[in-house]
Amino acid sequence: MLRWLIGGGREPQGLGEKAALQTIGEDQSQNPYTELLVLSAHRDIVRFLVQLDDNRFASAGDDGIIVVWNAQTGEKLLDLRGHSQKITAITAFPPLDSCEQGHQLILTASADRTVGVWDCDTGRQIQSVSCFQSTVKCLTVLQGLDVWLSGGNDLGVWNRKLDLLCKTNHLSDTGISALVEIPRNCVVAAVGKELIIFRLVAPTEGLLEWDIIEVKRLLDHQDSILSLVNINDTSFVTGSHVGELIIWDALDWTVQACERSFWNPSPQPDAQQEIKLCQKQNDISINHFTCDEENIFVAVGRGLYVYNLQLKRVIACQKTAHDSTILHIVRLPNRQLISCSEDGSVRIWEVREKQQLPAEPVPTGFFNMWGFGRVNKQASQPVKKQQENGTTCSLELIGDLIGHSSSVEMFLYFEDHGLVTCSADHLIILWKNGERESGLRSIKLFQKLEEDGDLHPAV
Amino acid sequence: MISAPDVVAFTKEDEYEEEPYNEPALPEEYSVPLFPYASQGANPWSKLSGAKFSRDFILISEFSEQVGPQPLLTIPNDAKVFGTFDLNYFSLRIMSVDYQASFVGHPPGSAYPKLNFVEDSKVVLGDSKEGAFAYVHHLTLYDLEARGFVRPFCMAYISADQHKIMQQFQELSAEFSKASECLKMGNRKAFAGELEKKLKDLDYTRTVLHTETEIQKKANDKGFYTSQAIEKANELANVEKSIIEHQDLLRQIRSYPRQKMKIPALHPGDTEHTQDQAAQVSTTSNPEESANADLYTCRPAYTPKLIKAKSTKCFDKKLKTLEELCDTEYFTQTLAQLSHIEHMFRGDLCYLLTSQIDRALRKQQHITNFLFEDFMEVDDRMEKQENVPSRPSQDRLPSRPVEECPIPKVLISVGSYKSSVESVLIKMEQELGDEEYKEVAAAESSNFDPQENLDYLDMDMKGSISSGESIEVLGTEKSSSVLSKSDSQASLTVPLSPHVVRSKAVSHRTISEDSIEVLSTCPSEALIPDDFKASYPSAINEEEPYADSEGAIHFEASVCPPELGETQEGSLENTPSQIDSSCSIGKASEGQLVPLPTPADTLSDEDGVVSIPPQSSRQKDQGFHVDVEMENTDPSPRDNSCEMFPAYELDPSCLLASRDVSKTSLDNYSDTASYMSSVASTSSDRTLSAHSAGLSSERHKKRAGQNALKFIRQYPFAHPAIYSLLSGRTLVVLGEDETIVRKLVTALSIFVPSYGYYAKPVKHWISSPLHIMDFQKWKLIGLQRVASPASMGTLHTLSRYSRYTSILDLDSKTLRCPLYRGTLVPRLADHRTQIKRGSTYYLHVQSMLTQLCSKAFLYTFCHHLHLPAHSEETQEAVASRQASFLKLNLGLVNEDIRVVQYLAELLKLHYMQESPETTQPLLRFDYVPSFLYKI
Repeated sequence: MLRWLIGGGREPQGLGEKAALQTIGEDQSQNPYTELLVLSAHRDIVRFLVQLDDNRFASAGDDGIIVVWNAQTGEKLLDLRGHSQKITAITAFPPLDSCEQGHQLILTASADRTVGVWDCDTGRQIQSVSCFQSTVKCLTVLQGLDVWLSGGNDLGVWNRKLDLLCKTNHLSDTGISALVEIPRNCVVAAVGKELIIFRLVAPTEGLLEWDIIEVKRLLDHQDSILSLVNINDTSFVTGSHVGELIIWDALDWTVQACERSFWNPSPQPDAQQEIKLCQKQNDISINHFTCDEENIFVAVGRGLYVYNLQLKRVIACQKTAHDSTILHIVRLPNRQLISCSEDGSVRIWEVREKQQLPAEPVPTGFFNMWGFGRVNKQASQPVKKQQENGTTCSLELIGDLIGHSSSVEMFLYFEDHGLVTCSADHLIILWKNGERESGLRSIKLFQKLEEDGDLHPAV
Repeated sequence: MISAPDVVAFTKEDEYEEEPYNEPALPEEYSVPLFPYASQGANPWSKLSGAKFSRDFILISEFSEQVGPQPLLTIPNDAKVFGTFDLNYFSLRIMSVDYQASFVGHPPGSAYPKLNFVEDSKVVLGDSKEGAFAYVHHLTLYDLEARGFVRPFCMAYISADQHKIMQQFQELSAEFSKASECLKMGNRKAFAGELEKKLKDLDYTRTVLHTETEIQKKANDKGFYTSQAIEKANELANVEKSIIEHQDLLRQIRSYPRQKMKIPALHPGDTEHTQDQAAQVSTTSNPEESANADLYTCRPAYTPKLIKAKSTKCFDKKLKTLEELCDTEYFTQTLAQLSHIEHMFRGDLCYLLTSQIDRALRKQQHITNFLFEDFMEVDDRMEKQENVPSRPSQDRLPSRPVEECPIPKVLISVGSYKSSVESVLIKMEQELGDEEYKEVAAAESSNFDPQENLDYLDMDMKGSISSGESIEVLGTEKSSSVLSKSDSQASLTVPLSPHVVRSKAVSHRTISEDSIEVLSTCPSEALIPDDFKASYPSAINEEEPYADSEGAIHFEASVCPPELGETQEGSLENTPSQIDSSCSIGKASEGQLVPLPTPADTLSDEDGVVSIPPQSSRQKDQGFHVDVEMENTDPSPRDNSCEMFPAYELDPSCLLASRDVSKTSLDNYSDTASYMSSVASTSSDRTLSAHSAGLSSERHKKRAGQNALKFIRQYPFAHPAIYSLLSGRTLVVLGEDETIVRKLVTALSIFVPSYGYYAKPVKHWISSPLHIMDFQKWKLIGLQRVASPASMGTLHTLSRYSRYTSILDLDSKTLRCPLYRGTLVPRLADHRTQIKRGSTYYLHVQSMLTQLCSKAFLYTFCHHLHLPAHSEETQEAVASRQASFLKLNLGLVNEDIRVVQYLAELLKLHYMQESPETTQPLLRFDYVPSFLYKI
């Protein structure tokens, strides 16, 4: 982070990297975000953003404060204070549909080994649990069972009233890094290199107590699992530190597809580039996934890859999509992909299908990034991944958002309000569609005129 | 802004008068009366008479019971100002026309001395021998040791220009009333304190005497009283009587009629206390109760001493000074207010009138004027409400009393006041308390014979004044009992241009029979000297200006709000030349359908704080019907503690105010450090020096205008740079030399639109790397270029955020910013302009920007431009309608559209914001390529 501030010695290297990085000029006609609002309330890195409803979101980070914001106006609504150390996990706990006066709740886990439950309408801390042996690193709400799970060194199951229903034995010292619900009351937890499937047993007539049973351990990953995401009802995907991507069947927990060569060097290696890639394990670690019906979008190190589920291959990639590790990606409904990175920028990509022009011969190998490492390659040319059948997709950079001065940790997309990004520079930025905002303001203006009775003056 | 002093003297040439109908006449509101002696070939700028003082000043005099009239102090307190002018002589003059027959002492039929709460009297008088004319404000202060407990004082505004005094009478009266009220309030406080001390003394004396008497009684049981004992008993009785008297006085001073102050809200809790105390007659003998008494008793413990019951009239005793008569805080505030007055009325009458008109016109544009006006001036009204003295003081404590300063008495119905010279007929008083002065005013105007009254006036003057033939009393406040219908009297000060006012009045009657008639012209001629009147034939002939006024009405009514869209569009197309004025017209017409605001409304508009706008502007308002209450004017939009804009850093006036101390800071007036230091070093007089703000802002404008001119001439790429500022793209001025950067930033800041009234988003000098927040906050930044490696960060940030900024590099003389191809900026900043003077250029810019604001206003508030005409209309259709409006109706090309759009956005945000602090500024930007310009 703050690479551009370090200056001096880093400069030549930075330039070298930039040559490979696709850039876009100031002229970004497709970038709708022409208005920004800087929200500053945190005093440390802001790591998490969670959407509460259509108009609100909460932010949390290393200062232990949770702030609830209005996504439209950027107004700070609530300030939830109670944790003495940094927040390690946060999740929204939607009210039960049956319950009329249910409040929207937030669950937060902190490094102070407590989990708090907050009412985000009143800002009150409803309850706090502090009986944890270790820091809770992930929280998952199982809506169907109306319970939530806490994942630390062990896995606990809790109900809405914060009663501990059951918990597992001590699993590992590193703790659960990711937790995802899969069908049939099962959850999959990533613990180091292992994936552990647990089944939750709800109390029935015969059984009074809740129980959680370890069903299976999956040991296919070579290195620690960094990301774990549900693709759909029947499959989920995991990614590891060394660039392994495995797609699992969610019902019988078998491997549907496995890809281990994201980091594989091209057959025509650019020596310098290669060394750097090998030096930096981070460059091949799979940090985040996002999915739609057809594709999995994978953030691998600094690159972005589009993996087609049917073709079981990468159909488009951008090997150096950012200057630095990509931390979060989200697929938008309008075929756009947004990524944020440690380099402090947010980039907007569009997946475009293109008829491949007569191209250079394609060497074999799945993940051939041939030639991309070459410095002389025109940077503005989108990288295309050619396929055998002649159609190709490309990730086209259509805009970038520059505002944060440090690593952008996460972002949230609101259909109506735009994009919210949070960063290690302690700030949250609300990016808005300036044109739409201007129209909305006009409407509000005339509403106010009407309310004040100035539009049709009384005679 | 709208009227330039440079040209104002020539607005009405003689030949122009001859054929006034050939070309569209300058609206009367924009013109200033001709110099009355112009026909005699006199140079209007020559000194009117052989005045012995160099410029106007304020004199405070006292009629001392020991030595007679004596001058106490002058403001400014500088012997150079009044030169050889004989203050003693003039004090004698002004004190000898004190009309107050305030009866103080033992009124017949009353057992105790009675305090009268006397209204101040306001008199204009002239001394032709001395060449001095003065507005004289008489007041009385209470002093326990003085004869009848009162000390007569007066404050006089002395000028060589008679017309200045006459025409500014209302303003002077309002401002001096503030000062007087402040002084009197402090005096009452001091007087009450004095009374309490005296009561304690008396109480103590009584106890002592009582004990002595008891001892004597015991000592001699012979059954008869010694003469000594009788003496003691008498003394005791005297003391008792004295105590009762003083208690009564204390009760009186405390029960000072609050309703007169009219702003009980400013005395929270205080009022109750007073009522309580009025009920429980005198409580001071009871120590417990006195402890919980209000502010009057909150003073260090006082040790009573033995005193004589009978107060002796001692002429050898030194009388209290003015300062001792008044509570210190209040006294300081009074001086500050007086100093403010002196600054306010400095300069030529023509200039004062121009700026008043200017202010009045700007006030009409209250929706848009925050954009480019000097917020300090825009704030003028607020400033007055808050009583300027409080402004510079960062600690609120000393300013507290000022807020308590009651409103001037002129505006309140003068209930108890009786003038001793009731027959002297004067006008200059507006009783806003009354609501039904319409018919009376009309009736009076028809019956009034100016000449007759003038004679009457003269005659009376001769009769009642015997203090010397060189004194002419030109006017005094009219007592409410003079006229038969006095309680519903509405009158005016001398209008700027009498026939204008008259024509307004006439036209009102024509169009709306039942509208409240607030304008009356009747007595105004009484004050116009014959020779002055000669140049105003229309002031006598009522019918003549009628045609004009009809035009004016048509003008106002041309746009009707219900059909705002079409009408405005149509009129714009037909008469593009009217675009400029449509902004205010639109507002005016909207307001016209609203019932004419009563004066009470006007007052309540201001949120209970009564402001006294110059009379001339009030006339304007009523003439124009511009009291559109579309915007709820927040009386305190300035937020001194605003984190983003420290008041002293952004408020040029603050620093300029201290220029007497640190003249060096003129150029880079917002140097925080130097401001701080100068304030620190002059903390004692900073309250006073703050009043030079008005004048200094003139200098600031001049300076800024000059430097802006220089910039435009020097840099061929001035246009895109100015476009950046106008379109809200932050301009970073990069340079090594702080003074050069600051100078340029100051100059360019005249083009920066503000977010609100608080401050311009300008940062004059910064040396740390910029941050995204900076672009959100500031639209013009002076950035230090350092040669050290540390600056790498600064430059990196700059290039990283280049899409938000335009960068003007002063060292390499380059500019990196988007392309500009509009026509607006070339007119605004023509490098071949004939304008030579900085202040003229500043005014040119202001008027251009006002025009721009009107366009932005139209664009923002045209309903049909922003809302879909029907539910199926697409966003694109609306957008194309907007584009065609901007292009065809407002005549904007290319990038000029962006400017208006940006201003419109600011207008929307400003209009909608509840309070200035809550809304955060937005950063709007465009993804447009930048170009590098070189010389």
